[in-house]
Amino acid sequence: MVIQNMNSEVAMASTDAGVTGPTRARIEEKTLREDRWWLAPLATFIVFTAFVIYATWRAFMGSDYYASPYLSPFYSPCLGDCVDGASDFGQPFRAFPLSAALIILIFPLGFRMTCYYYRKAYYRAFWLSPPACAVAEPHKSYSGETRLPLILNNLHRWFWYAAMVVAVVLTYDTVLAFRNEDHEWGHMGLGTLLMIVNVALIWLYTLSCHSCRHAVGGRLRHFSKHPVRYKLWTWVSRLNGSHAKFAWYSLFSVALVDLYVYLLATGTIDDVRFF
Amino acid sequence: MSYDLKMRVWRGDSGGGDLGDYTVSVETGEVVLDAIHRLQATQAGDLAVRWNCKAGKCGSCSAEINGRPRLMCMTRLSDFDESETITVTPMRAFPVIRDLVTDVSFNYEKARELPGVELGPRDADNKRRMMQVDVERGQEFRKCIECFLCQDTCHVIRDHEDNKQAFAGPRFFLRYAELDMHPLDTHDRRALAQEAAGIGMCNITKCCTEVCPEGIKITDNAIIPMKERVVDRKFDPLVWLGDKIGLRNKDNDGRVEP
Amino acid sequence: MGSAHEGTRHPMTGNEMSGSSRGGMEHHTFDVVVLGAGGAGLRAAIAAHDAGARVAIVCKSLLGKAHTVMAEGGIAASMGNVYPDDNWQVHFRDTMRGGKMLNNWRMAQLHAQEAPERVMELEDWGALFDRTDDGLISQRDFGGHKYARLAHVGDRTGLEMIRTLQQRAVALGIEVFMECTVTDILKDGDRVAGAFGYWRETGRFVTFEAPSVVLATGGIGKSFKVTSNSWEYTGDGHALALRAGASLINMEFVQFHPTGMVWPPSVKGLLVTESVRGDGGILKNSEGTRFMFDYIPEFFRAETADTIEEADRWYDDKKNNRRPPELLPRDEVARAINSEIKAGRGTPHGGIYLDIASRRSPEFIRRRLPSMYHQFKELADVDITAEPMEIGPTCHYVMGGVEVDADTELSAVTGLYAVGECSGGMHGSNRLGGNSLSDLLVFGRRAGESAAAYAVSTASAPPAIDPVDVKAAEASALAPFDVAADAQGGGENPYTIQHDLQQSMNDLVGIIRTAEELSASLGAIEEFKQRASRMVVEGHRQYNPGWHLSLDLRNMLLVSESIAKAALAREESRGGHTRDDFPGPDPVWGTKNLVVTLDADGSGVDLHEKPLPEMPAELRTFFEEPPAAGEPKAPSVEPVETPEEGKQS
Repeated sequence: MVIQNMNSEVAMASTDAGVTGPTRARIEEKTLREDRWWLAPLATFIVFTAFVIYATWRAFMGSDYYASPYLSPFYSPCLGDCVDGASDFGQPFRAFPLSAALIILIFPLGFRMTCYYYRKAYYRAFWLSPPACAVAEPHKSYSGETRLPLILNNLHRWFWYAAMVVAVVLTYDTVLAFRNEDHEWGHMGLGTLLMIVNVALIWLYTLSCHSCRHAVGGRLRHFSKHPVRYKLWTWVSRLNGSHAKFAWYSLFSVALVDLYVYLLATGTIDDVRFF
Repeated sequence: MSYDLKMRVWRGDSGGGDLGDYTVSVETGEVVLDAIHRLQATQAGDLAVRWNCKAGKCGSCSAEINGRPRLMCMTRLSDFDESETITVTPMRAFPVIRDLVTDVSFNYEKARELPGVELGPRDADNKRRMMQVDVERGQEFRKCIECFLCQDTCHVIRDHEDNKQAFAGPRFFLRYAELDMHPLDTHDRRALAQEAAGIGMCNITKCCTEVCPEGIKITDNAIIPMKERVVDRKFDPLVWLGDKIGLRNKDNDGRVEP
Repeated sequence: MGSAHEGTRHPMTGNEMSGSSRGGMEHHTFDVVVLGAGGAGLRAAIAAHDAGARVAIVCKSLLGKAHTVMAEGGIAASMGNVYPDDNWQVHFRDTMRGGKMLNNWRMAQLHAQEAPERVMELEDWGALFDRTDDGLISQRDFGGHKYARLAHVGDRTGLEMIRTLQQRAVALGIEVFMECTVTDILKDGDRVAGAFGYWRETGRFVTFEAPSVVLATGGIGKSFKVTSNSWEYTGDGHALALRAGASLINMEFVQFHPTGMVWPPSVKGLLVTESVRGDGGILKNSEGTRFMFDYIPEFFRAETADTIEEADRWYDDKKNNRRPPELLPRDEVARAINSEIKAGRGTPHGGIYLDIASRRSPEFIRRRLPSMYHQFKELADVDITAEPMEIGPTCHYVMGGVEVDADTELSAVTGLYAVGECSGGMHGSNRLGGNSLSDLLVFGRRAGESAAAYAVSTASAPPAIDPVDVKAAEASALAPFDVAADAQGGGENPYTIQHDLQQSMNDLVGIIRTAEELSASLGAIEEFKQRASRMVVEGHRQYNPGWHLSLDLRNMLLVSESIAKAALAREESRGGHTRDDFPGPDPVWGTKNLVVTLDADGSGVDLHEKPLPEMPAELRTFFEEPPAAGEPKAPSVEPVETPEEGKQS
């Protein structure tokens, strides 16, 4: 083998040269992996797709999002022309002609779209870039997150700020769920329980975010000079280890709460009241 | 206890090659590198393979075993069924030299492009003081044994030869992160990480972390924090505004760009 | 820099020409050529570069893979960060006592004096050592060191050191020629003129013309079957020096590290760091007895705990208790383990137990010994936080090496320097743990500086390579291919010869030696030499490990002969040399070094005796001093010449 020739071959090589490129070991298979590497991206694809379809349908629906005392997380805060009892923060966008969900959904959606975990998941499952480790991707060229639109993923921390606000609002909604249908305090139903679980998962997901980890302390060079922030950073770091898990669980929980509210609002089921 | 292991080993060079079938006698408790060595000593004296320590500490015997980037010395035969055929190929992201040996120059070139650590003067008693909590993040990254499996598995270069120019790869993001988190380094390396090393090309699909034999959390602890640091400098509107209206930028923490 | 054709050099290996192109041999000119890219070689190259020389590093593997990465425990340097009482005098004394006073006193002195600054330099260059509570470099306890003295990073100090030096060398732009093996030192008269070698990748030859060559090739462990050393450790520097006309010293002293893995077979010999014992690990035989208390030699009795209670108190209160016997110097511990196994108290896999699981919490073990935890988990499926390790002695280090001037590391050949494990004298008959990494740094720097200074002094009349020598070197390197052509009735396989040599050295020149076995080993080595002349190498020159081994084997044979001959001559037991037929140290032998040189026909070695350099009076006082008032852990007071005792053979 000739090093110099090899280098000139590199120079002449077509831009799509990957594992089957001219300098690499000649192996026809795009991967020699024998395990079920396709399972994880396939599962991700199916679940995410299902969620997107469901969420789109519900977001555009513009109805059946409030079943007193429960407000669907897709519509919270309800800032448009919302049904009675749903707007706890006024209706500044009363004139908005479409579903009120569309006003605020950009924030939690943007948070998830730019999330470091979700990025991994959708790059693998939807864009196959790569589908799994050491499995060749189908694209001829690749520029990562250096250009529009993917460069916008760098705005993650701004969505994180918004997501913190959303989490506070959902917490408020959960507190309000300790009422009965007539807004009397001191009651609880299955919906309340679901909302507690959901808001807990939302908080875990939001606080375990990589941008949060950076902001609370990760950006420091001298932990020793900021003991409180270091402590926070170690806590967030521990949560961060389960960020992917929280991303999934909170995705399910948010959809489940919305579904529960939908079923109540449409009268399909009745709320199970505990007290 | 010994048994006959069926292996397929890639033999060839840049001109071509294929997977050769071998049967080699192995013992329980052995690793793939033992099987390769036995092959070399008994059936294929000229089988080219790189190795040194045989203990997972030098990072020389990187290859792909059943399609997955692994160290041959750390892949135990007991992880496979005795009847299973084990396929060993060279790393597929780098030009092949011969058999299991690849040309990993890419990594050495990228190492040269990276400005080294630049500390200020020592303390008055001629010592330096750094607290353990401040060096721990860097210590994790310095566990790197430079096996280059993260580079091998990284699709940015594995699947796109043309990206090699603009992209330094996970191993060097580890190094950027180490230096940027060094408590005494005087350089601000964020612009370099973005521009020279191409950290924006990384789409954090985490394969580097999956293959790291040292268990370094490359993506979560090095690449993402480094991306966030780049965001601090480049994509944070407040920083941008501060620059525009001439407010002093405290963001660089007293460091200068090399 | 030094090369005339830099533009066409391969970006990684430095290889200039292709394997298939014809005509011309690759040629480079430098001031200083360093052979080996471990800690010593890199430090020497950095020093030579800083002194203004044009420097090349030539190494057999890729840059950063040298055996230094395997060093675990730490770098011994009396920085006094943990114990302010520590200073170079104490370190010097520990080193000499550990080497059973056979050390070159001047080397031990320079080493102890300069080590702290060499460690600080590593920190300047980016090393991230573990810290004390005040933010200083932390230092840990190790066998034979009076104070906690080893600067460390967990149990991967060697990796930190090599990466730091590698990154420094790269930052300085020092040229590195990788996967290139040097087979001959070329001379101009009696001066060094350069080096001749081949590219492992292409099999093509290359010459480096340089007035100074620094040998930093490491050790010889691959001549033994059970070893912690990698394939590179074939004694190249030792053999190159011999063939160039230099001498080797102390070759009989081979250190068997007490704790190597014994199971599974694929990792037999792999090191288990001494830090396991420093951090509380104890040795037990199959009967569960903590047997080291039965093996405390007189020489160390004054500073070693003789009850389990005192030993266990020491970890927390070092001031008022004496050290546990598990932390005796390596030779003592290795012999004790060997005796226990021979007495039938070994484990199922022929080792003994090293237990830290019953003594420290899992969290402590995982934090302090991460790579040991990893190593046993991954390679042996043993959880060291829950069960004891099975360990046994493994060939680890050769104290012997090229005889050099203590201040300049110059060998007997003008322009030929040696440093690190391939040099001899510094460690006497036994090396203390942690003294190797500091040795690399201290003498690496000294060698680099003196090699650069000498090279500059030759500028007006530089030595030149003789083309005849190059032809001869070429023919010699290609001989294994030619032999194949003439071989009648099947030649020898180099792998088989290597295997047999390793077995023979392990059986006959191992940890316990006798005259009979040593004589037998010399006979066996002669036989291996004969077989080696009939080696057949398959295939062609491009990346051919069979051919590479056949060339390395010559070095291994020469070095093995040196060890066996010196071991047969030294009729005493001392440090890393234990004779069953001469169980104690002999004061007369304590005044002599054994030196080997190449014999007249160049196929073997001759042995000479040489008096030990005399230590100046002011240094002798360190060994005669009475214990300081109020210091309970008193230094031993017996005079150096009367180490009567001691060998539990």
